[in-house]
Amino acid sequence: MTTSSLETTLRERLQHRQILLMTHLVLGYPSFAVNRQVVAAMADNGVDCIEMQIPFSEPMADGPVILRANQESLAAGTTVHECLEFAASITSRYPIPFLFMTYYNIIFKFGEERFFAECQRAGVQGLIIPDLPPEMGETFFQLAEARHLAPILIFAPTSSDSRMAELSRRAAGFIYCTARRGVTGRQSEFGHDFTSYLGRCRRATSLPLAVGFGIRERADVAAITGLADMAVIGSRTIQLVDEKGPEAVGPFIAGLR
Amino acid sequence: MSKVGFFGRWGGAYIPEVLHTTFNELQSAFRAAQADPGFWQEYTALMAGYSGRPTPLSFAENLSRHFAGAQIYIKREDLNHTGAHKANNVLGQGLLVRKMGKKRVIAETGAGQHGVATATMAAKFGFDCTIYMGEVDVQRQRPNVFWMEKMGATVVPVRDGSRTLKDAINEAFRDWVTNVDTTHYVLGTACGPAPFPEMVAWFQSIIGREAREQILASHGRLPAAVYACVGGGSNALGVFQGFLDQPEVQLVGVEAGGMGLDSGRHAARLCGHDASAGVAQGYKTMFLQNDDGQMLETHSVAAGLDYVGVSPILSHLRDEGRVRFAAATDAEVMAALELTMRLEGIIPALESAHAFVQAYKEAPQLAPDQAIIINQSGRGDKDIFTIAHALQDPSWREFIIARGREYAG
Repeated sequence: MTTSSLETTLRERLQHRQILLMTHLVLGYPSFAVNRQVVAAMADNGVDCIEMQIPFSEPMADGPVILRANQESLAAGTTVHECLEFAASITSRYPIPFLFMTYYNIIFKFGEERFFAECQRAGVQGLIIPDLPPEMGETFFQLAEARHLAPILIFAPTSSDSRMAELSRRAAGFIYCTARRGVTGRQSEFGHDFTSYLGRCRRATSLPLAVGFGIRERADVAAITGLADMAVIGSRTIQLVDEKGPEAVGPFIAGLR
Repeated sequence: MSKVGFFGRWGGAYIPEVLHTTFNELQSAFRAAQADPGFWQEYTALMAGYSGRPTPLSFAENLSRHFAGAQIYIKREDLNHTGAHKANNVLGQGLLVRKMGKKRVIAETGAGQHGVATATMAAKFGFDCTIYMGEVDVQRQRPNVFWMEKMGATVVPVRDGSRTLKDAINEAFRDWVTNVDTTHYVLGTACGPAPFPEMVAWFQSIIGREAREQILASHGRLPAAVYACVGGGSNALGVFQGFLDQPEVQLVGVEAGGMGLDSGRHAARLCGHDASAGVAQGYKTMFLQNDDGQMLETHSVAAGLDYVGVSPILSHLRDEGRVRFAAATDAEVMAALELTMRLEGIIPALESAHAFVQAYKEAPQLAPDQAIIINQSGRGDKDIFTIAHALQDPSWREFIIARGREYAG
């Protein structure tokens, strides 16, 4: 696969920073208006990449915080169409890449071809689909290449070296390394096992490495600096908005590195 | 299967990467078991000694006379230890878990039968056990929760989503991805990512193998039709596999019609018009979902049929025209249940009673020299609270009120 524009952008940003930050939001939670404020706060405080989750009723890989955000967004009536419109309205306003994260049924039901066309139109640069391993996504990966969207794949601590190499061949943009087993939102430890795991990840791919799951504060970001290229903050900002409102996001992001 | 884990266009393994290795291990353990004749022997011996197999095929003489059509036979999966066909799958997976060297099992449960069966197996094999059960189902199947806890399992009520079976499955997957090294997920039906549909169907095929021998022994030839209720589809696939290669035997799956197929309150995926192709909970099948791919709420008087998806193997058999599907409403189910109790002294589970409904509709149209088999997947006494409530039984009501006073006092 040729180098994606997502990877190129991330590499350019890495010239100036030791570690990049990717943040996450669940679209429509608590509302699209708040999503807009939160994106602005993230971008203005130096976030390098934003993943926007299209809510799904069965978010199998997500922990309690993101699970509840998915449910409440859907209960408020969020549709896939609204998510695409939101993306279209926001990507050109900030000089950073935007990605979609969702589960495969959303794309399958929408129609893969149509979904990729809509993503391209909306200026989305990559997709993270945790329940679509490459062997299940033949047309998905063909369309991703044709439409210049990076299919971002996930490495887990349980992935073997050969599996990582295989995933790397199919992926583009960057590799999302989950810091541990489990679902989103719980604490991770960045000890010796983690360091050797990230060493395996690094040897298996030439793509930039993002690390997510359980990154909540400055110390966590510092712990992975030098080992990975990008830290992913997920559940923590959702909790922060729940507890203190969207105004708290800017200072939180600014204090992460 | 055309591609590994697919049945026609259905099935697959849409799993998070963290489970990739464990699925490879499970796949190899399953293939090794299939290839080893000793494994099936060990399995049938276990089922004979612990679960009372083979279960009888009872001739329902009074019902046959009542409908004045086909001779009606009932395959008595209710007589398994723990009261349902669920034991077949669970004990089979228990043997696999032992071979894989894992020490902890988790399971989802809807009606509670699969949870009870898993807790039983865990107690017997010495595994730690956690059962995920939707909060709604915890309410309607309280006696099963009691037994699971008594057998040493931890029962976790799931308060997310619709608080029923699908949410319990999601929560079990979340546990599994966290504890994948030590834990096996004993999926309860022929759904989920490969190899679960094929593996569960394989263990359940013991029903059909027995039923075929038994009907030939009692009736002298194959049945005209076989009826089974379809929630996830494991009891149906179990009994159908005894007859799949005999095209003259009609195979009929009966889904939960709830308040009616046009009411929006049912769980009919393969008949009716509300389901469409989708991918969720690790596999591709027909799901009850909206145009955006969000799963819908389902309804059935029977907790074990109240599920958004269905076995990919059954979706495929429907495409091929090999299995025909019908639906039974909650009201029809109660009527069939009462008739079966009164005429035969047999209490089918509310789930199983769905199969009886369709069999009773078709039996009168068949000739007396023809036979049909109804798979009674489970026993109904576990449903005493639901059944007594639905029948508005006055003496039961008095009993509950008196008991309530006793506990409150």
